[in-house]
Amino acid sequence: MVITGLGVVAPGGVGTKAFWHLITAGRTATRPITAFDAAAFRSRIAAEVDFEPAQADLSHRERRRLDRAAQFALVATREAIADSGLEPDRFDPTRVGVSLGTAVGATCNLESEYLALSDTGRDWVLDHRYASPHLYDYFMPGSMAAEIAAECNAQGPATVVSAGCTSGLDAVGHAADLLREGAADVMVTGGTDAPISPITVACFDAIRATSPSNDDAAHALRPFDRTRNGFVLGEGAATLVLETEEHARARGARIYAEIAGFASRSNAYHMTGLRPDGAEMAAAITAALAESRRSPQSVDYVNAHGTATKQNDRHETAALKRALGPHAYRTPVSSIKSMIGHSLGAIGSIEIAACTLAVDQGVVPPTANLREPDPELDLDYVPLHAREQRLDTVLSVGSGFGGFQSAIVLTRLGTGPA
Amino acid sequence: MTTAVITGIGVAAPNGAGTENFWAATLRGESGIGPVRRFDARGYPARLGGEIDDFDPAEHLPHRLLPQTDRMTQLALTASAWALADAGVEPGTYDPGETGVTMAGAFGGFEYGQRELENLWRSGPERVSVYMSFAWFYAVNTGQLSIRHAMRGPAGVVVGDQAGGLDAVAQARRNIRKGARLMLSGGFDSSFCPYGWVARISDGTLSTDEDPRTAYLPFDRRARGQVPGEGGAVLVVEEAAAARRRGTRIYGEIAGYAATFDAAARYGGERGLGRAVEAALADAGVTAREVGVVFADGSGWPADDRAEAETIAAVFGPQGVPVTVPKTMTGRMSSGGAPVDLAGALLAMRDGLIPPTVNVRTVAPGARLDLVTGVPRPWQPGPALVLARGRGGFNSAMVLRPGTAAPGRTGAAGVTGREIPTRSGGKRHAADDTVGPGGDHA
Amino acid sequence: MQQMTLSALEEIMHRCAGDDESTESFQQAPERAFADLGYDSLALLETQSVIRREYGVDLSEQAVSAAETPQQLVDLVNRWLSAA
Repeated sequence: MVITGLGVVAPGGVGTKAFWHLITAGRTATRPITAFDAAAFRSRIAAEVDFEPAQADLSHRERRRLDRAAQFALVATREAIADSGLEPDRFDPTRVGVSLGTAVGATCNLESEYLALSDTGRDWVLDHRYASPHLYDYFMPGSMAAEIAAECNAQGPATVVSAGCTSGLDAVGHAADLLREGAADVMVTGGTDAPISPITVACFDAIRATSPSNDDAAHALRPFDRTRNGFVLGEGAATLVLETEEHARARGARIYAEIAGFASRSNAYHMTGLRPDGAEMAAAITAALAESRRSPQSVDYVNAHGTATKQNDRHETAALKRALGPHAYRTPVSSIKSMIGHSLGAIGSIEIAACTLAVDQGVVPPTANLREPDPELDLDYVPLHAREQRLDTVLSVGSGFGGFQSAIVLTRLGTGPA
Repeated sequence: MTTAVITGIGVAAPNGAGTENFWAATLRGESGIGPVRRFDARGYPARLGGEIDDFDPAEHLPHRLLPQTDRMTQLALTASAWALADAGVEPGTYDPGETGVTMAGAFGGFEYGQRELENLWRSGPERVSVYMSFAWFYAVNTGQLSIRHAMRGPAGVVVGDQAGGLDAVAQARRNIRKGARLMLSGGFDSSFCPYGWVARISDGTLSTDEDPRTAYLPFDRRARGQVPGEGGAVLVVEEAAAARRRGTRIYGEIAGYAATFDAAARYGGERGLGRAVEAALADAGVTAREVGVVFADGSGWPADDRAEAETIAAVFGPQGVPVTVPKTMTGRMSSGGAPVDLAGALLAMRDGLIPPTVNVRTVAPGARLDLVTGVPRPWQPGPALVLARGRGGFNSAMVLRPGTAAPGRTGAAGVTGREIPTRSGGKRHAADDTVGPGGDHA
Repeated sequence: MQQMTLSALEEIMHRCAGDDESTESFQQAPERAFADLGYDSLALLETQSVIRREYGVDLSEQAVSAAETPQQLVDLVNRWLSAA
């Protein structure tokens, strides 16, 4: 299962190039929320995408029909398909599938439609006469996979994977599973979310998960730092073209990296809490490495979940030590959320895109804003500055509400199992 | 390859909460479709739905779970306990790391979501519940079920409208093949709230007929749309050898599966349902001739019905296989519909009776289907095909093969069928029903 | 403003997190830890929000997490109310 195309829509600039430039420079895209008046909220900062649908080549109809999250996915997909060199008449559409991750689906449009239907919350029984004809598509986020499949003429298996904050990672893992099973030759896969809307901001305010560092937006998301105080919401999308190596070779495609293994686990503990020992994330890592036929010692870089909540960063550090043993101390671990925020169901796939480029370019992106190490957290978190380093085996992990713990392994093609 | 079998069933459907209540009502041809009562639907063009009347979550769940869960999660939690009790699985049967959950949901906890949207916009951000962050998101049931039953293995959530219900069960099989011993899988939806209703109306497929007996008539010449239902099913999917070792009843095997997408609208390609059927049969190693029954998707929309009828006739021949749509008694339950059909197919194998399609009298001209209408039809159990399609172009097909009765266990056999219960029409009244089986598990 | 009682706190927490007949009442066990009474951090956050609304007491997150038992939380609220 090899990656042959990438497309990214992320805060700090649309397109894979802008994204890679931002995260390797260690710059942050977190800022005061501009999407709506956030004065009444506890956390008033976010990592927003400067996204002009018209400039992104979305048609009038696409702009009208699609939620912001679906628009992101469509733009990322068009970039990924172009990057992969897949040409419409040169593949069998019945052998192409779609696996798209999203945590909160079309939440922006669901909220704005609600305001019209309820007259700003006045009525419980809503007036259907004000509904968009596309409301069902916002209601049932499988529509986003349908949109991407229709765009690519994909006639194989299509689905949305919605496992909360691991959706973007799990969607890519699911795509790899389908290729391995022989259900398709090519999977267009990734994740998208556009959660910067009042209801989502209020949700995370309520559980104090987001950072209240409103006066210092650029430095608000501080993974692994002693002063960390929560994440900053982000938004965006990433799409990968994933195909069997045989299929990629037959068409002479450029191969970035291989998806070698994937696993997900539940912590069966609490909908928002994490078991301190990190046992289930460690189990996911171990299973993903086993599927990759790689040893823990072979891991050259870990792309962390790194949300900068007190408990996540402790949990994750414990999980990495548990799964990698002493090698954990020798492995660079970084969180690109420090720069582009936490885009829920998109971030897992954006992080896989970062890992893909890390393998391809031999660069480890840093953890921005990590200036005061937390004595409890004693791994190498790559503070502030990127590093050049050859990477053959890269691990990306995710963790989310509902207890989901996921791990995926990327390898440089041609580097055999350790 | 590792075989995945189904050893436990938990159903909560409009015509019966509790697997045996559902199944008895289904064999009697009792419909749970009636006027929507959960909210004031009088102002809407569509006013019929399949609501589960006789379900009080407080009777089934720890009260601590109630403020943090939407109704569809309460239904899923309850049905999951029924399914585990049915399978005879208890804490300790398996190592928690070998057990997992993959569920489908199409809408999430939307009634909860509407209430919190109202709190936000009427009263302000500080009035939004701490539980909102997970009560309405699509992943909630997998998370809550894994916590409730201490299942620490693989986890997954898929959204594919109606088709997602089969995709989730296929994912459970995939996880069994990757080494899990037991998976809970299925799908639930409710969203019987004004916002959920308005969203469904916008889809344009709801029937505006006000007579519960004629509103949803898949394949009938009078078909004019569908009626939504709430509910779903949880299945216990187990690795076959492990299930046999513990001597449990095996309802059936997940023998084959495939999913396709219709990109036809834009590119003029063919509809993908037929490819899904062919590929699922091939995956199962089952020929069309061997299939004993098809649980059809039965959209109730004439063009979709026609396409499905043509596909079935093309694969199985005209009138070549018994076809049924028990959803005519529940309405379409979104991601819950196909898992309930899987349950129906497994119970049909157990009892040697194919459940009927109610209310349909005259199959539309050109639909060359052997539709099982009116009363159950006895059959010699064989492989069953379950079909599900989702809005936008999703097609999924799953083939089940009958299981074997475990030695020494009763209630599992009966190929000639039970006595066919008397049929009584109309909306069932719940007072005389007890919800069961089992209670809380854990 | 009237002082908060243990049973008033219990009523709020039942509303926020559901009642659970299997645990002791706050009257019976005023010094049992919330965790032992089956209340998690989310239940306490929700409770904090209701207390703010209904008693006008805006407790800090740190103060609430320092109150480990029903009695400690009631005392905390009442100190606020007396000072106001």
